[in-house]
Amino acid sequence: MKNAIGREIPDSILERYNYKPYAGPFATVPTGRLAGAKIAVSKPRSEKILKSIDQAIDASGLQDGMTISFHHHFRNGDYVLNMVVAAIARKGIKGLTLAPSSLNDINEAIIPHIEAGVITQIETSGARGKLGRLMTAGKLAKPLVIRSHGGRARAIEAGELKIDVAFIGAPACDTKGNINGVDGPSACGSMGYAMVDAAYADKVVAITDNLKEQPLFPISIPQTQVDFIVVVDSIGDPKGIASGALRISRDPRELVIAEYAASAIIASEYFKEGYSLQLGSGGASLAVARFVREHMLERGITGSFGIGGLTAPFAEMLEEGLFRTMYDTQDFDIPSIDSLRRNPNHLEISASYYANPHSRGPIVNSLDVVILSATEVDVDFNVNVITDSNGVIMGASGGHCDTAAGAAMSIVVAPLIRGRLPMVLDQVQTVVTPGETVDVIVTERGLAVNPRRSDLKAALSAAGLPVMNIEDLQRLAHQLTGVPAAVELTDEVVGLVEYRDGTLIDVIRKPK
Amino acid sequence: MLVLKKPGQAGTVESNDILIAVAPGEAGTGVTINLTSPVEKQFGAQIRTVIGETLAACGVADAVVTANDRGALDCTVRARVETAVARGAE
Amino acid sequence: MKKLRRTMMFVPGNNPGMIQNAGIYGADAIIFCLEDAVSITEKDAARRLVFNALKTVSYPCETAVRINHISTPFGYDDLDAILPAKPGIIRLPKAETAEEMLEIASIIEKAEIQYGFPVGSIKMMAAIETAKGLFNAAAIAASHPRMTAIAIGGEDFVADLKTTRSLDGKELFVPRSQIVLAARAAGIDAVDSVFADVNDDEGFMAETTMIKQLGFDGKSVVNPRQIRMVHKIFAPTAKEVDYAKRVLAAYEEALARKSGVIALNGKMIDGPIVARAERVLAYNAAVGGH
Repeated sequence: MKNAIGREIPDSILERYNYKPYAGPFATVPTGRLAGAKIAVSKPRSEKILKSIDQAIDASGLQDGMTISFHHHFRNGDYVLNMVVAAIARKGIKGLTLAPSSLNDINEAIIPHIEAGVITQIETSGARGKLGRLMTAGKLAKPLVIRSHGGRARAIEAGELKIDVAFIGAPACDTKGNINGVDGPSACGSMGYAMVDAAYADKVVAITDNLKEQPLFPISIPQTQVDFIVVVDSIGDPKGIASGALRISRDPRELVIAEYAASAIIASEYFKEGYSLQLGSGGASLAVARFVREHMLERGITGSFGIGGLTAPFAEMLEEGLFRTMYDTQDFDIPSIDSLRRNPNHLEISASYYANPHSRGPIVNSLDVVILSATEVDVDFNVNVITDSNGVIMGASGGHCDTAAGAAMSIVVAPLIRGRLPMVLDQVQTVVTPGETVDVIVTERGLAVNPRRSDLKAALSAAGLPVMNIEDLQRLAHQLTGVPAAVELTDEVVGLVEYRDGTLIDVIRKPK
Repeated sequence: MLVLKKPGQAGTVESNDILIAVAPGEAGTGVTINLTSPVEKQFGAQIRTVIGETLAACGVADAVVTANDRGALDCTVRARVETAVARGAE
Repeated sequence: MKKLRRTMMFVPGNNPGMIQNAGIYGADAIIFCLEDAVSITEKDAARRLVFNALKTVSYPCETAVRINHISTPFGYDDLDAILPAKPGIIRLPKAETAEEMLEIASIIEKAEIQYGFPVGSIKMMAAIETAKGLFNAAAIAASHPRMTAIAIGGEDFVADLKTTRSLDGKELFVPRSQIVLAARAAGIDAVDSVFADVNDDEGFMAETTMIKQLGFDGKSVVNPRQIRMVHKIFAPTAKEVDYAKRVLAAYEEALARKSGVIALNGKMIDGPIVARAERVLAYNAAVGGH
């Protein structure tokens, strides 16, 4: 059948995996109650520290067919996921579902264990490189499940993603299992994605290279949620976890895009005292921060809050008082981690607080403006951030659809042409974010405003921005590149893309 | 009609460029194009067409073309083929 | 309205990526360079690339091609290859005499007739890069109706003077002023040289402010990032715009009254003030001001 945005979803897929088709950004009314972890007991002066990961796997009761989870804050410096999966493999456990908050290139090390059947199912935000190619090739027993950060938090809380054992890399952990991410050699900053896992998994294993005496504070994950602690030599490579200050792009084309995006923000009704903003971590997004900053200073505007994915330019704006508060689920560079450690107005939040649509109110619902990137957009404003132009999985859903749905003005920045490929298509290969939640698309050759937002179109045109119909933007691209032939796909479904409310917004088909 | 006297090459493997090497083909054998391109699926046919048309416009009937594409636009493909042919005809 | 030439951006003639994106940065003019930016072995490739780009890419601004000097083995071939694509301007580097410009003008005219372009539609500009050229600058600027701008090429000029380039540019003060004088005498634009250090934004802005004050219409740039800075410096302030509007209003009113005397707030307004006000508003319109 076709879902509400006209994507063909095979009935067999809906039935087999028990999905409803996507029906609209807020069409799903949840019922039932929250899920919960198994009730546990801990006697006074009992010992949580175990000698090894092996021991922790045994103690957790992990068995064939269970679901394990990890958090991706260590990014490309992560040792934990690979270490634990290798230990599980040595024990001969098979048929696991791997449900990390996301996967990084470094996690390619688990590919042999996927091929050997230790892991047969993956549910995550996305994947790149060899892992992406493996999933695209349909090497898993079940299709890959893609969830946004908010959608994952929702699925965990609703019991749709039932985590049997959560393995949590802990940059600082005390002897009773209080954890934070800001101290220690493998500091990663916010622990936002791990918080939901810790609260809902049946068993929680903390893995640390920085064991502290009780009491550790600040506390990101409390001892009440942690069953076992294992000390290892190192949980991550600091160079891969956080870079030095992420810097603003010097790529002139990205700067053009950023300047248009900043001008669009400034021309909107939202750019006023107390507004809120979320930026991505791409070069163009960071450049938007610089241009917006200039105008905030010029007009004497301060923002109420920013949301990160935090980076140095945003942390600096908090430091300068240009934003009163930062909400933070993840840190990308060392200055951001320092800011979380030092600045009391820099607040660590969980993925659920950030973006879970089925809660009493995620912070994205209060967002005025978000800047998002895209690998492709289409004339219906749908956005793809998962598959590349050849249909291969190479990206992550992240908070894309969550913030687009929550923000009053969602801006997607993308080059109109990459290499020779036009980035405005008739239909994107894979829809992650539905067009009805996208307001403005900004390219180096012009901006397109969603026809639903005639107010924004008028404001942006009045500001002298090169606003045009999305079809004209596409034509502009085609004049240069020509019209691309469509990539041929097979009927084999290798990925299921959930919308944040748990409905199926699209499927990923294996390319020919 | 233009007969290539020797191999000619033009372009680079920088992004948005295309490296074109043309070599004389035996009379009556026509044009053979060996193309490598990151956009083969989307634009492979179009690139081959432009190479063929440009050769024809230059009056070259027989040639072996090796094209290493890096996402070049048609106007770049045309320019590189013209230059390679001119260099091969000198 | 007359074309603005606040920024003329050089684009290397043999770089397809830069050529295809050259139109997105908001420069008032793009100069595709076949000269210094192209090695001797790639001159043939660059001219075909620029020709094909001009034929197929629609640029939202004026286009110019910097050819090699006609005394080199490349200059005439450049013209032969480029003119059929109808560039907006042919720019001659190292111009030293009016005769060179006349020679190029006659080649352009032949091409215009041959390819069916309106005669006179392709303009010319000259870059003065030597002391000899500077002494002939007025004649060069006034050499032919096709002449639309005259520029100074700072690096070569300083070498010809046997000195080096300083941060405040005192060695170029006289040449720059003479270029402006030559341009004004001929009624064409004066365009300043590129700034040497693309990483020194502060120095770049200081120099741009200075050359604007000398009377230049614009500046040559090599990095797209510099365009924004030049346009900001050339943009009139809100105060200047307001004053200009009031000057023109007073002028219109005086015209309507058929009065020869124009006054604003008790001050006499004469021709130069009206002309300056018009120029201020033209710039303001170009930068999207109101």
